[in-house]
Amino acid sequence: MTTTIITKRSWAQTLGTGGKFVILGLAAFLTLGPVVWTFVTALSPTDSVTQEVTVGFGAFADVFTKIPLWLYAWNSALVVMLVAAGQMLSAAMAGYVFAKFEFRSKKLLFALILATMMVPLQVTIVPVFMLVRGMGLADTLLALIVPALPTAFGTFLMRQYFMGIPTELGEAAQLDGAGPWRTFFGVYLPLATPALAIVGILAFNYHWNEFFRPLIMTISDQNFTLPLGLVTLQGNLGTGSISTVLAGVILSMIPALLVFFFGQKPLREGLTAGVGK
Amino acid sequence: MSESTATLTVPPGARGETGTTARSGRAIVWIFLAPTLIGLGLFNLVPIVGSFVLAFFRWDIISDPVFVGVDNFVDLAMNPTVRVSFLNTIGFVIVAVILQLTVALVLAILVQSKMPTWLRTFFRSSLFFPLILSAASVSLIMAYLFNQEFGLVNQTLNLIGIADVGWLTTGLGAKVVVLLVYVWQNFGFTFLLFIGGLAAIPSEVYEASSLDGAAGWTQFRMITLPLVSPTLLVASVMAIINALQIFDQPWVLTRGGPGDETRTAVMVIYESAFRELDFGGASAIGIVLTLLIMLVTAIQFRLSRRFVFYG
Repeated sequence: MTTTIITKRSWAQTLGTGGKFVILGLAAFLTLGPVVWTFVTALSPTDSVTQEVTVGFGAFADVFTKIPLWLYAWNSALVVMLVAAGQMLSAAMAGYVFAKFEFRSKKLLFALILATMMVPLQVTIVPVFMLVRGMGLADTLLALIVPALPTAFGTFLMRQYFMGIPTELGEAAQLDGAGPWRTFFGVYLPLATPALAIVGILAFNYHWNEFFRPLIMTISDQNFTLPLGLVTLQGNLGTGSISTVLAGVILSMIPALLVFFFGQKPLREGLTAGVGK
Repeated sequence: MSESTATLTVPPGARGETGTTARSGRAIVWIFLAPTLIGLGLFNLVPIVGSFVLAFFRWDIISDPVFVGVDNFVDLAMNPTVRVSFLNTIGFVIVAVILQLTVALVLAILVQSKMPTWLRTFFRSSLFFPLILSAASVSLIMAYLFNQEFGLVNQTLNLIGIADVGWLTTGLGAKVVVLLVYVWQNFGFTFLLFIGGLAAIPSEVYEASSLDGAAGWTQFRMITLPLVSPTLLVASVMAIINALQIFDQPWVLTRGGPGDETRTAVMVIYESAFRELDFGGASAIGIVLTLLIMLVTAIQFRLSRRFVFYG
């Protein structure tokens, strides 16, 4: 009797475990499948005239003849590097001050900074466009960089992190004669590398993939970033080769893939820690 | 993943203020704050005010702005394209968010269940992988997969005897594709949040409930759901705010078509401002969208008082 029950339960458990892996496997197939298909299609272009399939990197070479990919990639890289560096520095400085100093209207300022996170980009885009135009930055890469340099979320994140670093460290440095600049750049900033990495990775991921703002801020195609450039690739080709568009998509993914492999651990830990409290 | 949505990160060990340097009013405070304060003030706070003011003017950037009172709001209420775009957006948000939260929660629970570490790492990484891709790239890929004549989706359907579906050429088809593509790309963020939330539930709770004979659905309903509810609130607030701003996917996939079937609120903001040079009208739509976001968020936090359990 007992045996039957045990057998039954373990059957149910096996079925449950099997079902679990079937669902997870299917989900992983659905997320990775389209990307694998993109690789395969880019590597095996079909000739539009003869309908012959040739395996090779021909489509990748075509991308460079159809659009100035290097230029778009350079534009994207420039925007992303400057925005990431600027956000890391400005967020670290502001976060440090909010974590370690007392001053008048500190709470109000911090609340105001957090409040800017709640307002969707689309609401402010028209006035921002006019500001940028007024500053003479319309249709330049600076129009994408300058407004993106401050980060409310990054400031919040850095503040949380600096609050976890003991104040005694800074006091010890000051006793040794370090001024406020040395205390920050020499003691606190190096300790905050994990948080800085998260700010940098998030800035990279967001701005490398950004579409809406570049669509508005840039007009001439020599100022396009990669996502915009890829969409023009589709438009230019019309009924042309899928493989070329998809090869372009893959080329644009490579830096994001690198950041994913090297950055996913700090990102995952940074994003998930403390959420469930 | 939008920049404004990532939140609530607390590094290990950050339990609260460990004290602040007492001396106040030092120059360093304001020097260090200057980049952030000036930047956010200039590019966030000033534009918010600007949008509110602009919404009451008619302005095409070339001629002088003309004060028109609430005309812009009246116009947008009467404009069928604007009405349809808001209805599309609201419908989209409801379905997308429910789908996104359900898929993410189920997959997070499955991933956090017992399995070899390497397998867990594989599943976890593959499931949030789409997040790193640009919405433009994803939409380009999906436009081919859902192509009516040669797309892989229809080819597969043909194999099981289903005739070609006009995914991007019929209203319903285009709506479904935009929805699926959006959820495909974005559920990973919610999934990550749930993994964090689930990891915070002590395993003793499950062990104790197992001793009491609870398992499966009962355990999910009585333990997992209440204990994960704070995360559920955060995840749903962020998912809704994000979904209300959908633009990239329908823009690349359908340009809002066929007709206005996949036109969204943000798409109309873009078109009014930068196509029709109606900056006042565009601002008015932006204001309505913001009010909508604030309203939904407020309702959620009210409801959360009844449903969210802080253990």
